[in-house]
Amino acid sequence: MAEKELTVDKKEVQNPQEFTREGPVFNPDVDIYETENELILIADLPGVQKDDLDIDLNENTLTINAHVKQDTQGTLLYKEYDVGDYKRSFTISNVIDQSKIQAELNNGILRVVLPKAETAKPRKIEIRT
Amino acid sequence: MAYTTIFQPTNRLYRYDLLQNEMNRLFDNFFNTQRRTRGSNVFPALNVYQDSDNIYVTAELPGTDVNDTEINVEGDTLHIKGQRKLPETDKNVRYHRQERGSGQFSRTIQLPFPVNTEKVSAEMKLGVLTISLPKADEAKPRKINIKTA
Repeated sequence: MAEKELTVDKKEVQNPQEFTREGPVFNPDVDIYETENELILIADLPGVQKDDLDIDLNENTLTINAHVKQDTQGTLLYKEYDVGDYKRSFTISNVIDQSKIQAELNNGILRVVLPKAETAKPRKIEIRT
Repeated sequence: MAYTTIFQPTNRLYRYDLLQNEMNRLFDNFFNTQRRTRGSNVFPALNVYQDSDNIYVTAELPGTDVNDTEINVEGDTLHIKGQRKLPETDKNVRYHRQERGSGQFSRTIQLPFPVNTEKVSAEMKLGVLTISLPKADEAKPRKINIKTA
């Protein structure tokens, strides 16, 4: 698959639903790919601490909610990007084994491994003659 | 190579620019408009902060290895260069979405003050790069004593 170039376009959430906390909320950029046994989701979440990240799988909706604490010093002189929370939801079509979901956050990158449930794995059907 | 001049400290427009930024910010907040940042297509986007002793430059670089990032300071010019590599995935995977970018980046930014190049430090934390640049002595605010006659 062709590589994507580096760009800066933080996409603000267009969702009409309001958030109780003030400030911008962004849709993080994600890569999602599927292997034979798993669905893997990788999201760019710069500035998010482990404790401020919430991943939730409800029915077949996976939601990522992340709060960014601003700890910059001094006063702002010049601004090219905004800092805000992250939120994004996906409808997962595969049947996921919820008990085996793993997530890790490292250097601003979230990686969620969603193992497919046994019943959802492709099975070769033998044809009897 | 992207070259950015924040502003010329000797130019009077500089003050005006700051004021205008602040006014824009107030208006944006008031009308809750979506237009929050100046559009910039250069990567990475930079924010610049200052206090009385330092200038801080921040950039969101999630997943960028510190060893792949190079920072150079020359007088009042800051160069940031680097590369974001994404780990290779197996050829057999099926992508549902691929939104995250990778590749090389390079930015040059002119700072509003000369800095003490010896004491510049940088830190990568949670995918956010923060460069602290102590102002050169001549650029620090100075208290002026008023003599009485």
